Amino acid sequence: MRKNVSLLVTVLVLLSVALTACAPATTAPSGGQQPAATTAPAQGGETQPAAGGKLEMFSWWTAGGEADGLNAMYEIYKKEHPGVEIVNATVAGGAGTNAKAVLSTRLTGGDPPDSFQLHAGLEVEKYEPEKYLQALNDLYASEGWDKAFPADLITLLKYKDSFWGVPVNIHRSNVLWYNKQVLADNNIEPPKTWDEFFAAAETLKGKGIVPLVIGTKEGWEAGHTFETVLAGVLGADAYNGLWTGATQWTDPKVTEALETLKKVMSYANTDYSALTWSDAAQYLVDGKGAMHIMGDWTDGWFTSKGYKDYGWAPVPGTQGTFVALSDSFAAAKGAKNQENLENWLKVAGSKAGQEAFNPKKGSICARTDCDPALFNEYLKSAMQDWSKDAIVPSVAHGAAAIEKWATVYKDILTTFATNGDVAAAQTSLQQACVDAGVCK
Amino acid sequence: MRQVSRDRLVSILLIIPSVILIGVFVYGFIGFTGYASMTKWASLTPDFTFVGFQNYAKLFTIDRFLISMRNTVNFTVLFLAACLILGLVLALLLDQKVKGEAVFRSIFLFPMAISFIVTGVVWRWLLNPGTMQTGSSGVNLLFEKLGLPFLRSKWFTDPTVIYIRPETAVGQFLNNIGLGWITTPYIGFSVAVISLVIAATWQMSGYTMAMYLAGLRAVPDELREAARVDGANEFQILRHILLPLLRPITLSAVIILGHISLKIFDLVVSMTGPGPAFATDVPAFFMWDTTFRGNNFAQGAAIAIILLIMVAVLVVPYLRYTNRQEAEL
Amino acid sequence: MSATATTRPQAAARKRPPLRPQRVLVYVALIAAAALFLLPVYLLIVTGMKSFAEVSLATMWNLPSGIHFDSFQKAWFGQESAGIRGLNSNFLNSILLAIPATIGSAFLGSINGYVLSKWKFPGADLLFTLMLFGMFIPYQSILIPLVQALQRMGLYGSLPGLIFVHIVYGIPITTLIFRNYYAAIPTELIEASKIDGASLLGIYRHILVPISMPAFVVVAIWQFTSVWNDFLFGVIVTSRPNVQPITVALNNMAGSYIVEWNVQMAGSILAALPTLLVYILLGRYFMRGLLAGSLKG
Repeated sequence: MRKNVSLLVTVLVLLSVALTACAPATTAPSGGQQPAATTAPAQGGETQPAAGGKLEMFSWWTAGGEADGLNAMYEIYKKEHPGVEIVNATVAGGAGTNAKAVLSTRLTGGDPPDSFQLHAGLEVEKYEPEKYLQALNDLYASEGWDKAFPADLITLLKYKDSFWGVPVNIHRSNVLWYNKQVLADNNIEPPKTWDEFFAAAETLKGKGIVPLVIGTKEGWEAGHTFETVLAGVLGADAYNGLWTGATQWTDPKVTEALETLKKVMSYANTDYSALTWSDAAQYLVDGKGAMHIMGDWTDGWFTSKGYKDYGWAPVPGTQGTFVALSDSFAAAKGAKNQENLENWLKVAGSKAGQEAFNPKKGSICARTDCDPALFNEYLKSAMQDWSKDAIVPSVAHGAAAIEKWATVYKDILTTFATNGDVAAAQTSLQQACVDAGVCK
Repeated sequence: MRQVSRDRLVSILLIIPSVILIGVFVYGFIGFTGYASMTKWASLTPDFTFVGFQNYAKLFTIDRFLISMRNTVNFTVLFLAACLILGLVLALLLDQKVKGEAVFRSIFLFPMAISFIVTGVVWRWLLNPGTMQTGSSGVNLLFEKLGLPFLRSKWFTDPTVIYIRPETAVGQFLNNIGLGWITTPYIGFSVAVISLVIAATWQMSGYTMAMYLAGLRAVPDELREAARVDGANEFQILRHILLPLLRPITLSAVIILGHISLKIFDLVVSMTGPGPAFATDVPAFFMWDTTFRGNNFAQGAAIAIILLIMVAVLVVPYLRYTNRQEAEL
Repeated sequence: MSATATTRPQAAARKRPPLRPQRVLVYVALIAAAALFLLPVYLLIVTGMKSFAEVSLATMWNLPSGIHFDSFQKAWFGQESAGIRGLNSNFLNSILLAIPATIGSAFLGSINGYVLSKWKFPGADLLFTLMLFGMFIPYQSILIPLVQALQRMGLYGSLPGLIFVHIVYGIPITTLIFRNYYAAIPTELIEASKIDGASLLGIYRHILVPISMPAFVVVAIWQFTSVWNDFLFGVIVTSRPNVQPITVALNNMAGSYIVEWNVQMAGSILAALPTLLVYILLGRYFMRGLLAGSLKG
């Protein structure tokens, strides 16, 4: 045995040597986030205010177009402020749910990143902005942002009469993506109503094609699909009312929306619970599925896969309605690099910053003055819709409701997608609204 | 004798750091969690307004909590049964003086050395069902290749819950005799849990195998020989001699595996997530979601305390029993 | 440590009975069971060896055309352009985590075990039982204050913080193993030394430590394995990817849609390798750790 012990020790030592030899090659570019280094930059920032120190930006954009877009914005920042080291702190997985958990502990632990990603809208409530975030009203005034961003967005951004984040983009949640070839092969037009949708779905099902691909693995996707159905069945005004208490969740239209979703799920791939949205979208790319209801980040994902043969339309019933969400960058109170942070937010809100970020991210600018020529076909169409459609907030992505309510909403829909119990889901949805203090 | 009393002092000093650490980090923290579970703390800033058992009462109205409790019970019962039976069978087989025993033993035991995360990632792909439309994958594909397509299953994506429906004859009968309350999905069986059980059994049954094997080896051959001379067959020997002797081992295996399975978290995170309609959700996962994602600390604390109570019910009597047994020695 | 005699020397010496149909059945059953246990291993290795071109769900059971290390390379080094974070730095983190955490809790456990077995004071058994309970608790029940406490101590989010946590929650099991080991050492030995004037620490250093090697190895293996394999503490305590242990990184890798499953498989192998190595080389001690974990000394 003793021989074995020493053999093991040798192996371990060799392994560690091999490791340390290999490690720097890849850790260097992204590994600037040494845990011990967080105390150092503060001093660096004080001694050479304009060009030095660090900037820590926290997000869950680890890959694909999102990461590319963020990097493009970093490039602009670096050009304007050379000498500042950007610490790109990212936490992958779960559409940001993992990242949000980490962020909460960092905020309360007095170790906040300088800036972090935040959905514009009521999600900000979760971070107790008056305690943990910086109000950005002065910056809005000095940069003229209150005019650069459209009025609907300004309304969404204001919480307790202050701005807490700089919006960098707009995404649309109610898009129906389809495989052009598959629809053409079966003589199907992109459906405009749910009746057309179900007729098309019946045809496709007969051909052995999955009519609607969906993945609900991460727990928000069923809620996402339902918000687009809700917006269509209720219309923009009544949909908005759901989040303010003007529309009750006991409304018969909500029943109709639930019935619709139930029927939609009967045309979905049976393995939806094992898939993420992009796993599901892969079925569409492979021609095994025909349609997919998902936000317009799908456009960027298709592009990254080199897939071109896709079309898009508003989700049935939502023509003229734009269910929107927006990513914004917030500033933490007690940020260690205040000046670098302010400069960063200025870049994020600027025309140049947004024009660099959005074509790569696959979203449209939050600003109204971006050059359409920089964007692809889909995004051009989204820009047009954004300027003329009724704008309503997404609940699955933090805009419409406080996070606690949104979470319960998503949980109810995840259960409903599977068990199809309309009455139970509707009761729970109303209860969730009551618990949130919105419904009576 | 000054030496002895000084040594006594040193011995206390030596153990004090550990006692303090355990006192604070185990008992103190449990106390804090218990206290937090009775407050209104549901956001980043703690709010220690006392609300009594309100959070607990609320929990029992939340669908997801009741489902996760059901799943844990499903999982624990099946997992224990599978590990005990498989472990015993493997141990009995290995006890037949087989060639290559060490090799077999290693094969059955090596999954123990692996993290639940690795197990989860691997079994997720093994039990990934694929779809009827897109073709099978994992073991389903293997079943097809082996000409056994009827064995295909939806594994952890199966949302089916088996329970006594109130509208059936049995359900109505139960209702009539005042047992209508058991005719809900919360008192049922979630089929998707089977996938978790398979993965967990793969990992842990080697442990029961090793324990039983050690137990079997401790049974003197004379005992079996004597029984054989008395005309007992092998099954009777197992039933009347070996199993009773192995009972203490079964007991400790139930405790060890039982507390692991009540706490199961890593495997769920890496293999299935909460599943369709939370078919594979467990309280440990729900607690994590509630607390660290939802910032609802009070409610998360309440779930944690309920978990702790479940584990304590299993473990405390055992600890007391072993403690007393040692005192008698 | 009496229950560890899984391979009694006599067992090997006993004559094997002749091959009868019944024994054929025994072998068939064992081989079938072994095949089932090895099924995931087959898939892991086969997938890990495939080139990217060969990887597809439809051919997942097929043998690879040759030996490729594409997947391992991607899992280990990552791919900056695709946003895949390599596991190499996390592997190193796990080593930097597991070794000190193992040494620390083994040291504390050995001292506790010594005092609780050879210097029993009134209530020592009760204290021991109370300590032992710490190894059964669901850690969820201490996570909330743990995060707060670590933040106050300035250890939150760092590797030292995680090491500290593993040392603290490793105390119960290491104490158990050492206590049971020392309990088997004849008290006369200690008594005789006392009469010779040896002090408590002297006895520990000169008598117990030299004969404790097997217990240290058992504890080291047990702790190393459980620290390496831990996920919950890792995911709660270390918030930044560059500090995270490999289990957390592997789970994140598997959870992000951009990473192909073959890379996940390769990552799994990498994450499992060290503990498997320990198991293969020190299997017997590993067994003892397992059985010691079941309380019965």
